[in-house]
Amino acid sequence: MSRQASRGTESKKMSSELFTLTYGALVTQLCKDYENDEDVNKQLDKMGYNIGVRLIEDFLARSNVGRCHDFRETADVIAKVAFKMYLGITPSITNWSPAGDEFSLILENNPLVDFVELPDNHSSLIYSNLLCGVLRGALEMVQMAVEARFVQDTLKGDGVTEIRMRFIRRIEDNLPAGEE
Amino acid sequence: MRVRSAGRGGAPGARGPGMADTALFEFLLTEMVAELWARDRDPDPGPRGQKTSLSALEGMGFRVGQALGERLPRELPAFREELDALKFLCKDLWAALFQKQMDSLRTNHQGTYVLQDNSFPLLVRMASGVQYVDEAPKFLAFPCGLLRGALSTLGIRSLVTASVTTLPACKFQVVIQKS
Repeated sequence: MSRQASRGTESKKMSSELFTLTYGALVTQLCKDYENDEDVNKQLDKMGYNIGVRLIEDFLARSNVGRCHDFRETADVIAKVAFKMYLGITPSITNWSPAGDEFSLILENNPLVDFVELPDNHSSLIYSNLLCGVLRGALEMVQMAVEARFVQDTLKGDGVTEIRMRFIRRIEDNLPAGEE
Repeated sequence: MRVRSAGRGGAPGARGPGMADTALFEFLLTEMVAELWARDRDPDPGPRGQKTSLSALEGMGFRVGQALGERLPRELPAFREELDALKFLCKDLWAALFQKQMDSLRTNHQGTYVLQDNSFPLLVRMASGVQYVDEAPKFLAFPCGLLRGALSTLGIRSLVTASVTTLPACKFQVVIQKS
């Protein structure tokens, strides 16, 4: 029945909007609580990290991906499996550094920013910074220390959203994640 | 953050592009609760600090509930009575957000409604039983706001509180405010 099918889609759409609207409410609240955009960005990164260290288990359980042998495989898994699973988009991977330790994720559209406009007095706010923390936290749990940062943002007028990922080092010690 | 209203058609049938997975909301809310609590613990311990966290969470839930209410499918029938609105929340809204309906709805027909969810997904991850009951209210503040916000979009002012007896079951009490 097409009505049932569209009901299912409506439901998924609402679930998705529940997340993006809640994220928007969180960013708004943080902007009230902290005096400057830098602090909000740091807070979003920290919260994202805490989410990432838990999300990785959910991801590994549901995706069945094996161990990645190098950073290129990791990039593929992030873009084609993880982003697809959690945000329903598949960023493209570009701009590999010659050493193979840096790449960019290009997001044509970013579900987090649907319906969002940045007010003028928040030009330094990295609205989606939670994502960088999530990537960092999740990868740390699989023994990779990385840096993730936004270098382009459609919210700031850029044509695409670009996240730059840099491999720092492999984490040899199996230290438990610090509870923050 | 200013929110533009924009109509979006979803592709019928298959999951549309750019839709967030349902697990993300739970992860996000859990972290929001932890973060607000951690902040209140240091500068302002005690009931006043807790109250700030709970009302901040409830307030965020309210704004989200309002926004969701505005996105409800347009073929919404006009509610003949308050009870129809509550039934709508229990069935359609709850199922859209949490993939299950409320398990029961009771009313005294004088403006008080009790909505019971025997297995509220946000509480399911916590250990079942009595041990974590004290923690549960922190996770219910946001859903209380959600209900209050959605009702407000339907033109109904209310006060919503929640209580947990045995995890993961909880009850939401909605008291309609007459102007």
